[in-house]
Amino acid sequence: MNFKTPRGMNRRHFISHLAGASAFVGSAMAMGRTLEANARTLTKNRKAAILLWMGGGPSSIDLWDLKPGSNTGGPFRPIATNGDMEICEHLPMMAKHMDKASIVRCMSTREADHTRGRYYMHTGYVPNPNVIHPSLGAVVAHQLGTERPELEIPAFVSVGGDSEGPGFLGMAYSPFSVNSSGRIRNLNLGISPDRVSSRIEALRLMETGFINQNRGIAAAEHAKVVGKTVSLMSSAQMDAFKVEQEPSGVRERYGDTNFGRGCLLARRLAEAGVPFVEVNLGGWDNHQNIFNTLQNQKLPELDRGMSALFEDLAQREMLDDTAVIWMGEFGRTPQINGNTGRDHWARSWSVVAGGAGMTPGVAIGQTNEDGTRIEGQTYSSEDLMATVCKSLGIDLETTFTSTSGRPMKIANSGKLIKGLI
Amino acid sequence: MDEEPMTVGYNLETKPLNAEQKDIMRMSRHSLSPLFLLANKSLNQSPAGHPLRNLVSPARESDEAPGVSADTILALWLRRIFFLIFVGATTLSFGIASALATEPLVSDPMADKTPTVSVPAQVVQIDAQIKAVWDAYQLTPSRDATNSEWCRRVFLDLIGRIPSIDEVEQFLDDKGATRKQALVNRLLYDDAYTEEFARNWTTIWSNLLIGRTGGNANGSMINRDGMLKYLRDSFARGKPYDQFAHELISASGSTAPGTENFNGATNYLIDKVNQEKGSQATASTSRIFLGLQVQCTQCHNHPFNDWKQKKYWEMNAFFRQSRARSAGMQSGMGTVATLDDVNFRGENGNNLDEAEIYYEMRNGLVAAAWPVFVDGTEVEKSGDISVINRRTKFADLTVASPFFAKAIVNRTWAHFLGYGFTSPIDDLGPHNIPTHPSLLEYLAGEFRDSEFNYRQLLQWIVLSKPYALSSRQNRTNKTDDPLLGESPRFSHFYLRQMQAEQLYESLLVTTGGAQKTASWEEQERIKNRWLQQFNRAFGNDEGGEATNFNGSIPQVLMMFNSEMIRAATGVNQGSLVAEVAGSAMSAKQMVEAIFMAGLSRKPSRDELALAKSLVNANNGDLAKGLSDLWWVILNTNEFILVH
Repeated sequence: MNFKTPRGMNRRHFISHLAGASAFVGSAMAMGRTLEANARTLTKNRKAAILLWMGGGPSSIDLWDLKPGSNTGGPFRPIATNGDMEICEHLPMMAKHMDKASIVRCMSTREADHTRGRYYMHTGYVPNPNVIHPSLGAVVAHQLGTERPELEIPAFVSVGGDSEGPGFLGMAYSPFSVNSSGRIRNLNLGISPDRVSSRIEALRLMETGFINQNRGIAAAEHAKVVGKTVSLMSSAQMDAFKVEQEPSGVRERYGDTNFGRGCLLARRLAEAGVPFVEVNLGGWDNHQNIFNTLQNQKLPELDRGMSALFEDLAQREMLDDTAVIWMGEFGRTPQINGNTGRDHWARSWSVVAGGAGMTPGVAIGQTNEDGTRIEGQTYSSEDLMATVCKSLGIDLETTFTSTSGRPMKIANSGKLIKGLI
Repeated sequence: MDEEPMTVGYNLETKPLNAEQKDIMRMSRHSLSPLFLLANKSLNQSPAGHPLRNLVSPARESDEAPGVSADTILALWLRRIFFLIFVGATTLSFGIASALATEPLVSDPMADKTPTVSVPAQVVQIDAQIKAVWDAYQLTPSRDATNSEWCRRVFLDLIGRIPSIDEVEQFLDDKGATRKQALVNRLLYDDAYTEEFARNWTTIWSNLLIGRTGGNANGSMINRDGMLKYLRDSFARGKPYDQFAHELISASGSTAPGTENFNGATNYLIDKVNQEKGSQATASTSRIFLGLQVQCTQCHNHPFNDWKQKKYWEMNAFFRQSRARSAGMQSGMGTVATLDDVNFRGENGNNLDEAEIYYEMRNGLVAAAWPVFVDGTEVEKSGDISVINRRTKFADLTVASPFFAKAIVNRTWAHFLGYGFTSPIDDLGPHNIPTHPSLLEYLAGEFRDSEFNYRQLLQWIVLSKPYALSSRQNRTNKTDDPLLGESPRFSHFYLRQMQAEQLYESLLVTTGGAQKTASWEEQERIKNRWLQQFNRAFGNDEGGEATNFNGSIPQVLMMFNSEMIRAATGVNQGSLVAEVAGSAMSAKQMVEAIFMAGLSRKPSRDELALAKSLVNANNGDLAKGLSDLWWVILNTNEFILVH
């Protein structure tokens, strides 16, 4: 062969040889150890948040803040719940669990454009060309995830959608996107652990060489994500993604839909110590034929999955530690348009939040009789974000330093939502 | 002389092809590149040729026309060369010849040894204006990138993949003073690269016009093949940019290739005109072609400038004669739809002469609007298409607008330099002051004067000083980093990640994958299927989508373990690893070959030692060891980051 092996050189020597040169080798060695698959349980802070993201802008006037009898009301009737509020008749299962969640009926947010609204509701900041803000998931992953060194899987998981990114917190806090089946592509290298180790060690050395050439942040970011990937590939905690391991009764309760499976997956991940999970349910951009779409498609899927999640979390005594938030980028116009649809509307709409010590079973704030205006106190994205952070025990005085060196208060200095916390 | 076919180079831009010319084009696109055959021939005759010369072909082998032998191709190619020389000698007063006269380019790749190529005046201007900003901010620019770094960068940005070993070495071996110009000209104008050039820009523009997920969703009327076919033809033929934009904005006809009245350009607007009163058509067209973000004025006055809600609806009124009609799925053609303009009788339904639209103001009152362009130009209020085709009028006004050239210059600059003169690049509104306003104006003016010759714009930017700089920062320019919230001053090259498509094409060059035998359309479909693992449409009325090929864990998992990477790092016959391991090279040469293939450079001494250890860790299995090394190279930050 062409390569002369120094006398006595074998894999062990190779690694120890590298160890002298690489600061990374510790975690590379850890890779070898964890390949032996030692499951560990998490004991510390159990707090987590699950965001149910309704992409497209859900019509909260038809779900949580009905206006029967007004010309904006639409055909849906309100029904009583076991909480202190009424909700839409097409959410009958949720009506039995409204003692676990509250409705904030006084959201007023200004951004009525999908991209901007999505960004604003995820980050608490309006888009700014000079800085990319971290989304709520990245903030929670950063705050709670770093306290959990035993967590080998990503601290921010997005199911059935991509959420918003980590902004200046860096790719290490970016959402790990999976589909609702929890199946993750490309997990298996298909070669012997020895070869994996030597490849990864050589890779780290190469990466370090490039990082040291002072070419900017991206080079080091790449190495960090490689590190996270290595840790995930070898972790027994990956079992949390295996929704199919749930008993069939549980799966049925959540519903045989992407959203239902996503909610179940979220519960499993929170149980495994993942501090932030986003579950996506799209299809809410109902500019036409809204009532049919809601009644026959969106609401049944939502009702089953969301109610199962609250019920399951409560039964497992996880609800006190797990915040659940339901929202989209904005609400929809009280006025019904010529195509029996509703358009984008950010001025007066509702979100739902519960768990993690937030006051359950109440409706906070109110809109006028046709839903076009908020009467009294209004709240916005940063207020909701601050409230959720507070419920998770995250210090609201936390200040990030963005890459530009600018200090940025967590949740954009939002105020707590009175009555919710 | 008159019968001589005008086949290659710049002439493509103005003249339709005759049958023989089309034949030549077809062959150069679908078969082994004639240039490569020539190159190989000479290399094969030279005993000192690089042992890897046959390893990596610059062109994709695909459905080679049956019955066309290499000799025939060679003969046609030679004819073309003779003809080129002829064209070069006489500098015909033909179409674009005026541009040629002011801007001598190397028209014959075989003649680039003669240093007759001067630096275009536009490049001199770019360099001067960029330098003025460095001076003003007391920035010392980084040194120039190494030749192999520059070469890799140019290949990725112009034709969408990394260079092969041969291509890097050819460039490094050329010691001529004009070798950079020669390489750029080769990639822009040489028929051997027409296919890949067109493919790259087809990708970039289809992502922009219909998105990576466009046409994949149920219910979408987009025929992806039709869109790609239109773009590919436009870029292969060097269509002037104003004509290109005009066609896209005003297109009518059928979306699907093979149908009557096929016009692939219709796919841009086919999904955008019916939805929500054509709001996507209004917003996308203003954003893409004018760099103006009108969409937030749909519901309210602009938050940052004095644009009023009215302006949005006046722009929107231009798209209200347009109708998309679906003809559903048709066998062998996919989705078929037609885009047409029909009489618009106003929103109240009986006002053809003054066809109005209505919108609701924030105070709840309803106002009427008629088509008025963003600069205040009013057009006829009639909705009768025999009086005025509003969309065609919009296209006329767009290509005449000063924003039109600025928008494309800014977008193109950002493609090469990583950032535009404004952030975001498609917002040139009065509230968003460009970092280099006079350079933007200047380039826009030059581009317009060039009669919107897109390849020339590419050439000016690629040959400029800021594009030549290293990504290594020095002490004075570390803070010049948009990631730090600073405006870009372009005093060093900013790292950016390859796009998924660039990775795909780069791996194809080095793998010998099975995809190469498929037709162009099928190759694109295979690629699109592969890309879907990363892409997700938001499913809202803005047509938003996201990719997680963005440096996140799923991307790294794909680079670690995917079938594609397994194929790329495999040891089967035809693979890079097999070729290297089976060659007569020394150990050092083998490692060097792997480095050159992936990183376009030779390893350092330390890297050589590391590579040898890696190979040795496999108990002497050479192929396995080289496969590990190739895997490592493909997974490095240096590979995936354009630097």
